Parts: sequence; structure tokens; C-alpha cells
Amino acid sequence: MSDAGLSVAAAEDSHPAAPTGQGARGGRARWARPLAGLLLPVGLALGWELAVRFGLAQGRLVPPPSRIWETFLRLADTGELGLHIGVTLWRVLVGFGAGAVAGILFGALSGASPVSRRLLDPTLQALRAIPSIAWVPLFILWFGIFEASKVTLIAVGVFFPIYLGVGGAILSVDRKLVEVGRAYRLSGFALVRRILLPAILPEAVTALRSGLGLGFMFVVAAEFMGASEGLGYLLVDGQQLGKPDQIVAAIIAFALAGKLCDTVLVLLTRPLLAWQDVRRERL
Amino acid sequence: MLAVERLTKRYADGTVALSDVSLTVRAAEIVALIGGSGCGKTTFLRLVAGLDRASAGSIRLDGEPVLEPHAGIGLVFQEPRLLPWYDVAANVAVGLGRVPAAERRERVLHALEKVGLADHARRWPRELSGGQQQRVAIARALIGGPKVLLLDEPFSALDAFTRASLHEHLLAIWSESRPTVVMVTHDVDEAVKLADRVVVMRPAPGRIADEIALSLARPRSRASPAVEAASRTVLKALDRSLKAAQKGPEASAAPALWW
Ligand SMILES: Nc1ncnc2c1ncn2[C@@H]1O[C@H](COP(=O)(O)OP(=O)(O)OP(=O)(O)O)[C@@H](O)[C@H]1O
Ligand SMILES: [Mg+2]
Repeated sequence: MSDAGLSVAAAEDSHPAAPTGQGARGGRARWARPLAGLLLPVGLALGWELAVRFGLAQGRLVPPPSRIWETFLRLADTGELGLHIGVTLWRVLVGFGAGAVAGILFGALSGASPVSRRLLDPTLQALRAIPSIAWVPLFILWFGIFEASKVTLIAVGVFFPIYLGVGGAILSVDRKLVEVGRAYRLSGFALVRRILLPAILPEAVTALRSGLGLGFMFVVAAEFMGASEGLGYLLVDGQQLGKPDQIVAAIIAFALAGKLCDTVLVLLTRPLLAWQDVRRERL
Repeated sequence: MLAVERLTKRYADGTVALSDVSLTVRAAEIVALIGGSGCGKTTFLRLVAGLDRASAGSIRLDGEPVLEPHAGIGLVFQEPRLLPWYDVAANVAVGLGRVPAAERRERVLHALEKVGLADHARRWPRELSGGQQQRVAIARALIGGPKVLLLDEPFSALDAFTRASLHEHLLAIWSESRPTVVMVTHDVDEAVKLADRVVVMRPAPGRIADEIALSLARPRSRASPAVEAASRTVLKALDRSLKAAQKGPEASAAPALWW
């Protein structure tokens, strides 16, 4: 009986493509899943590349990966890419900074004080219902077509998720833990620093991350509304000059910049969240 | 000395949780509060801890009125209530006011030694068992050197074996600094094992039904005849308080379900 079971296992193990042995099996399981996810995009890219190489398709509107890569390298070489990424990042960071500070401030007010919640929250919720892009014409009238209106739009987009996240986090702080602080006579400031802040931090970080994501969304919109620099400009420029490879290269740069910023945010806040259960850490 | 006089607590919804409760606890005395569910035991401890305000009556610690949390009174909640973002040592240090870092480290270590957790100072609360967490909570209440230690069913969530070992810890701690202890319990054996006096409460409204002094030598073994007799006395008093309560509106509860 047990022999039969073993021989079945052995037969499975000796599958030609798989290395044998226990350790290799564990390793294979760990790598197989992400690799499976890559199969489709890599296959499509390869297929398209080959189709264009062998003249089966023109690849003028949908450039093959090699041409996108070339464009990417060329833009990087001339320093153009760096410039545009820099400008876009700067806009996102300034807008995100302003929106985050305001979001944290108002979120804290709404969360901590019922009076200010009753005063502020209805208005802010009403404003939140407006799609932020709808502000663009007004912002251009008010702040002109240069940086101020762009940064404002980004800040507005960033503000709401952070306001909601921080306010909600404060409202949901465990009353029992706050009582511990009171029982041990922590002063107002110590209560905030030792109990309230740590308690809201996980949710606040999540809110900051979704705010940052929206910041990248709105920087594209802001740069569409007229810019001579920035990744959004590269997109528009690629469209007007009929350079799809440049558009895709800019999209890839966006993805990389967004991921980079999110990773930096996660790394910066990780030491503060080290106490959380590991299960929650990977998101 | 902890002196509670004619303490009454009426909650905002009109519930009278305590009515005219008077209790005087000598320094270094261990008092066990026992009684059915909802007879105001937690309410009583919260008032003494200064977490809630009484509707009437007074609480004095060595003559000084207690109106808000007091440095001389340490409270252990029914749950450990550790702060998950602090390690064990930092959680214990919460119970300490402003002291220099070196002294803090020393006192935290000492408090952890008293509850037998000196090796766990750097661990996170989530890595501890329920009993270990409750010991950290006790260390946190002890580190300030309180004159009065209040415990709200501190061991009720633990298995009998862990509970017995925590009783030993508690008695060891008590014999070192001899604080006044007021502990709420549902467990007659626990009350008889630890207390100098058992106070039996009855509900609706919460008040004191009976007091039983236990002048038994420590350590007490559950099997000894004197301890057994004391247990019977306490049980009888408890039964009486419940029967009295049953003459009230909620006459349906079975006597065996007194908790
Ligand atoms: N915050 C509150 N608001 C209104 N009523 C309350 C509040 N807390 C407690 N009560 C009521 O006061 C009474 C006493 O409650 P308390 O928690 O002190 O009982 P207890 O003796 O600790 O019970 P248990 O043994 O179940 O813990 C109960 O009738 C309860 O419903
Ligand atoms: Mg209770």
C-alpha cells in the first residue's frame, strides 16, 4: 500500500521538466506561480515581435517591444526621459504633500472633534462627490495654465482619500486602549503620541498610499491640460506626432515612477508598522 | 487605607449599577468581590480606579479623594489590553511616569521578573500566550508601586493550571510590597485561596449582600478543612444573595447559574 503511494509520488517527481528532490520541489512551487502570471504578457509580446519581424504585421500603430525599448533607451540617452520624469515627480510630490497635509489635518479634526466633524464633514463629503477633473477649467481660470493649477488639481485628488482614511482611522480607534492611557494618566500629548498615533498609523499609511496613487492619476490629467514638460506631455506629444512607441515608453515610465514612489512610501513607514502581524505586511 | 462611602452610580440610561456601597479596605488587605453578573463589580472597580465619576458618595485613598486616575491605584482590566505596537518592556513602562531611561529599564526588568517574564521583555504582545499577556498587564499595574491594586476577573479567561500558577505569582508579589488588593472574581475557590475578606454583592441595584472574613494562614491548600469550610460559607452567602435577588423581578434564573 505505502509502496504504491511512494511509486506514484516518484513517478510524478520524475516528470522530465522538473528537477527532482524535496528542496527543488519547494523552490519550484515558489517560483512557478509568478512565472505562470508572466506567461501571457511575455507570450503576447514575443508573438507580436515575431509577427512584425516576419512581416505578418506592420507594427506602425502598435509598435513591437523592441522598438518601444529602443525609444525608451533613446529618450533616456538624450536626458529627455529623466527631465520629464523629474518634472512629473516634482508635481506629484508637491501636490501630494499639500493634499496629504490638508487631508491629515482635516481628517484629524473631523475624527477627533465631534463639533468640527459636524461642521466640516458634510461640506467635504459634498465636495468629494464632484469628480475632481471637473475643477480643471476653474483652476485654470484661477491659477493660470502653469504649475499652480496642476499642483492644485493633484492636491485636491490626493486630499479626499487621505481625509477619509485618517478621519475614519481616528473614529475607529479602540476605546479600550485609549482607556489604558487614561488609567495610567498619560497627558494629552503622551496619549496622542503613545496610543492614538500608533493606533491610526496602519490605516493612515494605507490612505497615504491610495492618495499617492490618485496623485499619479491626476498628474496625467493635469499634464494633458497643457504642459511642455512631464510624462503627460510625452503622451500628448506622441499622440500629436503619431509616435505610439513614445506613448508606450511614457506609460512604462509612469508605471515605474508610480511603483517606485509607492515602494519608497512603504519602506519609509515600515519601521513604524513593524509591530503588525506579518500577514498584513504584504499588500 | 481605601475608604468607600455610600457610593452610588447611575448610568446615563438610568441603570442604577451601584447603590449605597460602603467598604473600607485596610492597607495590605486582600479583598475579593464576588457576585452574580451585573451586580456592579466592574462599575465599582472603575469608580475606584477613577475612570468613571460616581453619582453620589466618596472614595478616599488615605484621606485623599479619588476623582480621576491616581498614581497610587493600579488597575488590571479583565482583558490584558496590551498596546500591540509596543513590545513587552515598553508596555510595562506605560505604567511608569516620567523617570530617567536607566531607572526605567531597571524597574521594567524588576517588574517583569516579579511576574516571571524577564526573558520576554523584547517580544511582541501577539507572541505571548493569554496567561503571559495577563502577567504583563499585572506587571504594568505594579511597576508604579501602587498602594492599591485593582483586578477585574484577571484570571477568568485562563485554564485552571495557569490560574493556579498566577495565584502564586500574585501572592508572591503581594508579600513583597504588600499593596491593598481588591479583586473581582467569579470563582469561589479563587476568592477563598487569596482573600482576607470576601465581599458578596447582589444585583438590581448593585450593593453589598454579605462580608466574610477569612483569617486563614497562607499558603492555603484547597484540601484543608478550614479552607473547605470557608468555601462552603462563601457559597452559602452567595446562594442567599441570589435567592434574595430572585425575589425581585427576574425570578426565573436557575440558582446554579449564578454567574
Ligand atoms: N456604560 C454603561 N451604561 C449603562 N449601563 C451600564 C454600563 N456599564 C454597565 N452597566 C449596567 O450596570 C450594571 C452593572 O454592570 P457591571 O459591568 O458593573 O456588572 P459586573 O458585576 O461587572 O458583571 P459581570 O460579572 O458580568 O462582569 C449592569 O446592569 C449593566 O448593564
Ligand atoms: Mg464585570
